[in-house]
Amino acid sequence: MFDRSSTIVGLDIGTSKICPVVGEINDAGALSIVGLGQARSRGVRKGEIVDLNLTQEDIRNAIVEAEQMADVEIRSVYLGVTGAHIRGFNNRGFHPVASADREIMSEDVEDAIKNAKTLNLPAESRILHVVRQHFLIDGQDGILNPVGMFGAKVEVDVHVVHGLFNRLQNPIRAVKALQLEVEDIVFNGVASALALLNTQQKELGSLIIDLGSGITEYVVYTRGVIKHTGVLAVGGDHVTNDLAYGLKVPLGRAEQLKVDYGSAVADERSRGQTIAISNDLGIHEKNISLEHLRRIMSARVEETFEIIAEELEIAGVLDQIREGVFLCGGGSRIPEIQKLANRIFGLPVFIGKTNSISGLKSALDQPEFAAGIGLVRFGSFEWKKRAAQKGSKGIRGAINNIFRFAGSTSE
Amino acid sequence: MHTESLTTTSGLKVKIIGVGGAGSAAVEHMAASDLGQLPLAIIHTHARVLQQRQIENKILIGVNRTHGLGTGGDFELARVMAETETSQFQQLCQNTELIFIIAGLGGGTGTGLTPVLAKAAKESGALVIAIVTTPFEFEGQRRFKQAQLGLQALRASADAVICVPNQKLSKLLDCHTTILDTFQHTNELLTQGLRGIWQMLTRPGLINVDFAYLYSVLRGRNVESVLATAQAQGDNRVRDIVEQLLGNPFLDNGQALANADQVLVSLVGSQDLTLAEINKIMEQLNRRIENGQLILGTAIDPESTGRISVTLIASKNGKAPSNPDSISETSRVSSVPIKGIDYSFIEDTVTPRPHNRFVAPPPQSTPERTRELLDKRSSNSFIRKSSKWTQELLNLEIVSRGRFEKSEPTIHRGADLDVPTYIRHGVPLN
Repeated sequence: MFDRSSTIVGLDIGTSKICPVVGEINDAGALSIVGLGQARSRGVRKGEIVDLNLTQEDIRNAIVEAEQMADVEIRSVYLGVTGAHIRGFNNRGFHPVASADREIMSEDVEDAIKNAKTLNLPAESRILHVVRQHFLIDGQDGILNPVGMFGAKVEVDVHVVHGLFNRLQNPIRAVKALQLEVEDIVFNGVASALALLNTQQKELGSLIIDLGSGITEYVVYTRGVIKHTGVLAVGGDHVTNDLAYGLKVPLGRAEQLKVDYGSAVADERSRGQTIAISNDLGIHEKNISLEHLRRIMSARVEETFEIIAEELEIAGVLDQIREGVFLCGGGSRIPEIQKLANRIFGLPVFIGKTNSISGLKSALDQPEFAAGIGLVRFGSFEWKKRAAQKGSKGIRGAINNIFRFAGSTSE
Repeated sequence: MHTESLTTTSGLKVKIIGVGGAGSAAVEHMAASDLGQLPLAIIHTHARVLQQRQIENKILIGVNRTHGLGTGGDFELARVMAETETSQFQQLCQNTELIFIIAGLGGGTGTGLTPVLAKAAKESGALVIAIVTTPFEFEGQRRFKQAQLGLQALRASADAVICVPNQKLSKLLDCHTTILDTFQHTNELLTQGLRGIWQMLTRPGLINVDFAYLYSVLRGRNVESVLATAQAQGDNRVRDIVEQLLGNPFLDNGQALANADQVLVSLVGSQDLTLAEINKIMEQLNRRIENGQLILGTAIDPESTGRISVTLIASKNGKAPSNPDSISETSRVSSVPIKGIDYSFIEDTVTPRPHNRFVAPPPQSTPERTRELLDKRSSNSFIRKSSKWTQELLNLEIVSRGRFEKSEPTIHRGADLDVPTYIRHGVPLN
């Protein structure tokens, strides 16, 4: 009966796993997570697809799993994208108010935003998000909604996230090849932030770091809006690679060692301890120093945080963060990572949990699924926006609303 | 060649002055080329040599003392004579903004007179660039020492000094080159260099390099300033230019670039000059410059068809301890720079014979240098063309990028983040 179902799916194509998250909007308009799929990702490096066929296969498997769990048929997804090519920056647009009485109309605001969007980006770039920060009227700062106010000039600060068009097309292509529709693409960092933060945390200033296995995204929210976004193509894979190289073990073994014995801090306690490695037959092969393992690992994680801190320092947003640092992604599972992050950023550090959405507790508590859940959340906003537009379309909208009401009660 | 373009369109008033036998010969050579458009003058103590030269503006110095017979290699005498006739120099340099002084150091007039002239020219308000040659090794220790002293004095008085060591030139020439051709070649080199600088300063550049840049490159570090020029046309002009530059004996197979603190490159091309060509040339040069700062100037010369000419000035801080000769000379020269031509020094037979400047010093492996080399090797896979000073070591520990072998490297501020952090930071694993 409705052209758009209330099922919203977020698809996160990660470097280590592909995970679609299924959410449902109930009649009261509340979002709940009802399903989740997971498949090992084999065709992705550093957040970007390197093998389209393998990735398509993996996506199919993950989608099937999610469909079974949520008992729905997935037709369209909100796709999370990432990659080293994605950049964010702040821009300001302005528009002179034309009307005689200098009252600012919503058209003026739209024009100002349009002006802010017309950036001199290279031709191969595609804008992912343009996030409105706040308005200025005749230089007066901090105005949230200027419609109806008076002034000669409206200015708007926006945060723009953009990436290379061709590289953004790859995941879209992979999804479309599976007869799935892509509703919208969302930068993974923004999605994670949507999942983890509540209004107060956004207002006070928070840093969200999504430590993926191939790539690390970070987003800064202050005064309720996105102030900074960034990507660093370093992740858990790098830790594994470092360990494999430094301890002279195969990559698979290095991964296992990382999970079993890893720590973000190399302290005195690990000194002198060794880990016995046995081969496939269970025969003792060699001993590995725990201290070395932790040193290699902590050097990498520390460097990652330091680079982020440095970038934020340069952007001048580091001292605007008051609430704290929120970690998510697989990397946030590293023991003692909170301690390390606290030392580098000098802020309270939390492992991200989604609190504002109901549903599968097992999914919401896991920091790895933050991006997927955020995508669903993003989708729910879009859905509500569309519903509102429809609702305002006169009689037809009203009828639709009635049908909706009738439909939901008849169930 | 393209004379019109050489005239002083920029309004800069220039004069080229040749000093001594070598200087006047070089200026005569320039007179025959397109640089003949500019006002030229020669100064000598030897009347007969002056007579032979076909330059209109000639100044004979020291008629009263030597009766136009030259100084006989006595540079102190030349200096004294020059100082008594400074007024002539000032007259010569009047109403001029930029003066090029061409001289051959090592003899009497060139060594003794040039610093005095440079000082006088500077006092009359002009900017002074001295382009000088130093003698061949076979000319003997005395001339070499004189040249070094002259260079010291000149450095104190001129704004900029570019030194062209003749000995390095000998590498360019084969065993059949006649002595006449050799000097002809030196003159041609000086001419090209001067033309290059001149074009760089006067031609309105797309990427402009003006005197301030030149000055900042040459100032205070003139001992080791090296000049190289190259010109090429045709399809392979970019490759030719790069080959010519790197094959230039003054650049020591690019070693001079590697050691340089500042490199000024002026590129003059025809109208079909493309960005890709500039890029290719600069990429090759950049690769060889290790620590130096590179300044690029580019200009279009509508007259030259399909030709690119490059002038390169590489300068090293004169105070660098890598040249023990220059340091020892500095310390010996008295503290007053102009009066620093210490006559007694020449006759001081007790002074230990300094190392010859043109013999390559043994490989220096100070701890810093070693570390620098090692660092470079680990961060940059490009293996430098082997220089004559250092023997390259094979890179035995190749840091593999592991599972990121085929992916796009993650470069952050010049560091490849795919290389394990503990290796880049040097975390010890015992």
